[in-house]
Amino acid sequence: MSAPHLKVVTSTAKRPVIEIAGVSKTYRTQDGDVPSLRPLDFSVGAAEFLVVVGPSGCGKSTLLKILAGLLSSTDGSASLRGTRIQGPRRDIGVVFQAPVLFPWRTVLDNVLLPIDVQGQGRERYLPAARDLLTLVGLRDFERRYPWELSGGMQQRVAITRALIHDPAMLLMDEPFGALDAMTREHMNLELQRIWMEKKKTVFFITHSIPEAVFLADRVLVMTPRPGRVVDDLRIKLPRPRGLDAMTAPEFGEYTRHIRALFNVKGGLDA
Amino acid sequence: MRSPKNIALSVLLFCASVGAWEGLVRLFEVPAFILPPPSQVALALWRGFGSGLYLQHLWHTLLETMLGFIAGSALGLVLGTAVALSRPIEFFLYPYIVMFQSLPKVALAPLIVVWFGLGLTSKVINAALIAFFPLLVNTMVGLRSADEERVSLMRSLAASERQIFWMLRLPNSLPFVMAGLDVAMIFALIGAIVAEFVGAQKGLGMLIQSMNFNMDVSGQFSILLILSVLGLLLNRGVMMIRKRVLFWDPSEKERLDQERLSA
Repeated sequence: MSAPHLKVVTSTAKRPVIEIAGVSKTYRTQDGDVPSLRPLDFSVGAAEFLVVVGPSGCGKSTLLKILAGLLSSTDGSASLRGTRIQGPRRDIGVVFQAPVLFPWRTVLDNVLLPIDVQGQGRERYLPAARDLLTLVGLRDFERRYPWELSGGMQQRVAITRALIHDPAMLLMDEPFGALDAMTREHMNLELQRIWMEKKKTVFFITHSIPEAVFLADRVLVMTPRPGRVVDDLRIKLPRPRGLDAMTAPEFGEYTRHIRALFNVKGGLDA
Repeated sequence: MRSPKNIALSVLLFCASVGAWEGLVRLFEVPAFILPPPSQVALALWRGFGSGLYLQHLWHTLLETMLGFIAGSALGLVLGTAVALSRPIEFFLYPYIVMFQSLPKVALAPLIVVWFGLGLTSKVINAALIAFFPLLVNTMVGLRSADEERVSLMRSLAASERQIFWMLRLPNSLPFVMAGLDVAMIFALIGAIVAEFVGAQKGLGMLIQSMNFNMDVSGQFSILLILSVLGLLLNRGVMMIRKRVLFWDPSEKERLDQERLSA
């Protein structure tokens, strides 16, 4: 950090956690280059809940993989807390669409997987793991195996696992997409509660417009082929939001606005 | 199904078929060297165990089978892991393995007896050779079948390839490995018996061979009975280990539930 920026340092909370500068992705195939992601520029502030919404093929999953360090961008740079993301890193927690639990591990052992991978002492993280399990309402299930849990419970284990090593950012790739509608609403409430408690920076992907508006501080709307951001929308609904927030007129305005964007661009007519 | 009534019915059915066999053989005066009546088989069994003869040979065959099973499985496990993990090893070794696989390994038994003699060694080697293949293939497939999303998860945690192997690929391959062990156990018994046929001084296979020369058919029947019980017990042994190891495997759970339902 150079001297003229000293003043900024005092307000690190305001500094963006994620910075995306000119990030693009082009897949090289035998039939030529297929652009997946047009150059993107945006940043995400500390403890901000950012939701990317868009139909399949809009490159939102590509973007998440780049942030997770699982995929390199063709151009531009993505940084987390001021350092470039060049590969998987230990200050990131990822939640996938499927819970991706290891069936031979108990709930507690699944939650502690990142700690085992990082070779840190389990003992030190045991209290944190139990606190997190209490937070997601699974304290009594720590000795159970994944197949003994419902889909929603399994996904809560996955969220707990993503939080255990206290990452700077939580990446969520349509985490509730495989759940039934009622469980999904319940999980949205749960996630909001967890987020308000933990104050993490969240990068959340979905193709459900109501889910995006319900959860987000800010919604990035993306359209496909090639993926690009067509709107960057701040959701000014008071928190905590209950399910009745979905029936509020402002909520309807946000969803209508986003849906209109897709219709204009030919994205989501179905 | 396991009601007292059904159990009684099953016992009755068994007695009836054994009785019918006995009756028909006596009625049509079938010579004992073609088909002995069950009473003679039972007698042969009684004499064989009474004199300690069967036990001695049974022990020998069991030893060959177990040693062959252990050696063959270990080899299959190691080689399968090597092939699954290393592209060069797969490229250079796998064609030979496939060639070896398409060979009926029973045909190797005479050579192996020539090379390793009439003693224990040739039987163990033959059993191991036959037992080795299912383990090799299943280990290979098992190690490669790790779910892509689970691998992505491990990668996102910045896990090393070594950690992905130990924490994910290896446990993930266990259902396959256990299925391989299931087959290998029975294959090892076949390998041991075949090698004994070719040339041996001890073992149940050798005993069948010599009884055949003496036209002692009831004796052969009694050995066949012992072999089928032995095979069943060995298989049960592997299944018990499997239940312990794979308590978490959904397919194992389904199987257990089905067993419970049909019980």
